[in-house]
Amino acid sequence: MPSLRGMGYFIDSFTVTACVIPRHRLRGDEPPCSIRKPTGQAAMIRYVLSRLTSLAISLIVASLVIFLVVEVAPGDPASYMLGVNARPDTVAALRIELGLDASKPQRYLSWVSGMVTGDFGTSYTYRSPVADMIGDRLWISLPLALYALALSTLIAFPAGIYAASRRGGAGDTAVMGATQLGIAIPNFWFAMLMVLVFAIKLRWFSAGGFPGWERGFWGGIKALTLPAVALALPQAAILARIMRSSLLDMLGEDFIRTARAKGLSRRQALWRHALRNALIPVLTIIGLQFSFLLAGAIIIEQVFFLPGLGRLVFQSISQRDLIVVESVVMLLVFAVITVNFIVDLAYAAVDPRLRTGR
Amino acid sequence: MNRNLIIGTALTAVFVLAALLSFVWVPYDIETLDIPNRLKPPGGAHWLGTDHFGRDILSMVMTGARTSIAVALVAVGIGMGLGVPLGLSAAALRGGGLDEFIMRGNDLIFAFPSLVIAILITAVFGPGAVNAIIAIGIFNIPVFARLTRGAALGLWGRDFILAARVAGKSAGRISVEHILPNIANLMIVQGTIQFSLGILAEAGLSYVGLGAQPPMPSWGRMLAEAQTLVSIAPHVALFPGLAILLTVLGLNLMGDGLRDMLDPRLRVIRA
Repeated sequence: MPSLRGMGYFIDSFTVTACVIPRHRLRGDEPPCSIRKPTGQAAMIRYVLSRLTSLAISLIVASLVIFLVVEVAPGDPASYMLGVNARPDTVAALRIELGLDASKPQRYLSWVSGMVTGDFGTSYTYRSPVADMIGDRLWISLPLALYALALSTLIAFPAGIYAASRRGGAGDTAVMGATQLGIAIPNFWFAMLMVLVFAIKLRWFSAGGFPGWERGFWGGIKALTLPAVALALPQAAILARIMRSSLLDMLGEDFIRTARAKGLSRRQALWRHALRNALIPVLTIIGLQFSFLLAGAIIIEQVFFLPGLGRLVFQSISQRDLIVVESVVMLLVFAVITVNFIVDLAYAAVDPRLRTGR
Repeated sequence: MNRNLIIGTALTAVFVLAALLSFVWVPYDIETLDIPNRLKPPGGAHWLGTDHFGRDILSMVMTGARTSIAVALVAVGIGMGLGVPLGLSAAALRGGGLDEFIMRGNDLIFAFPSLVIAILITAVFGPGAVNAIIAIGIFNIPVFARLTRGAALGLWGRDFILAARVAGKSAGRISVEHILPNIANLMIVQGTIQFSLGILAEAGLSYVGLGAQPPMPSWGRMLAEAQTLVSIAPHVALFPGLAILLTVLGLNLMGDGLRDMLDPRLRVIRA
């Protein structure tokens, strides 16, 4: 899986190779000119095709796993819905109505084909289309994740650049110490502390709930601010560390020495030459963080009583409305896998070496 | 010894010792309710105050450390126990079908948002510490498998491995006798990091009610119970969170310190 090469913190086979081999030696692994593999458009097309195949396989396996996990869940939804005193023939009728009488492969196929066409099934509890329920909640979870992503980037960029430019100094130590705290703090606890300070003591924000977008854009943004900060903090800490280490890597490169030799100050070299190159792995991580944020929102929504996907999931779990759980989980997994795919492609588009990778 | 390692080890040791001590002694019994003394602020007879049932928070934090450490430790054990052999075999059979299969399988697990799947697993199979361990442990397997494979691949090209092959040792024996000792440092460092991530994950699952169940005390559930009390008794929410923060911080510092001490070139996975 060629992606995220040389970015130190995140996970992939290249990075892991870099566990034992100093990174600059990795750069020497390109074949000499005579045996160079095809590059350019042909390689890119081949690369896209191979990534598309693995995207499809990932999605199929993911849907199978989720379907099977829910399938082996103890308890029959129909008897659960009707309670313990229901007559067997009523339960059987409901099972037919819900489509539970079909064979497992049939039900899997109808679930998947339904999802492809936007039909996520019908909620066992509310008897309303799952797609509608998800659609409403998505308008909270998605803006929340995007908001947190923006905050994370806004915090991490200056912090990482500052730390790298003051390498080894007091400023660097302070930023790195802060990021250690940011990584270690449980974000739902940080969220509770923020509620205590900013909602209960200072009364700047409400402690939870969501007024709805139709009541005005800024009201919605305000309600999402504390959750987004809580969600963004650990990601910002990770991103700042990656920004710093990526910049420091670039500062050790020959082209920076050349820039310094032609008379640029260290700071000028950093801003004009190192930053642009250091951004590549950072942007990759930002793409990946989006999926973490979308998933992480599930817990933060609990703290702030936000009626997003997270609350829908927990509500459905407690009501054993497993078709909703199944569909929301599949949707989140789909989002994560697809974002990873897009990130891989974007990375290959800017770094031609990756196309011939494997 | 470097500073990170000293601070990290000290912090971690405090919580490990507190957890061990809680088996033989805690300041107050956490199963007896003492309603007249409910929500007492820190100080006096109760160092960290009491919760809404009058239970001593220090005693609960000490006992809760047990749950967090046990869940995270077993989850790391699952990850190492399955991931390292998988990674070793993938490296020993490098380029073969099994290698490809193992690594593709790993890619697949990585692609899943771990928290969402952990929620799915605990939701379907019922909340509880054991299911939380499994849910967290599964996502440790590919971390160790990849790390092992990557490090082992580098070693397979080295002369001393070649010598062992010439001496007629099988790939399995070489993996166990020569590769494994050489990647042990890396595994210890990564294990520390996964341990800290496991504690955070356990706290999150318990917070949403899918981790350890009552009466087993857990930091995450203490925070969930404290949430409605935050405005009247902030200390109830303060200490369990602080315990999570300091344990995770301690483990991370320890991991960084160990890495610097054992081999500064090591690059561990931090997600």
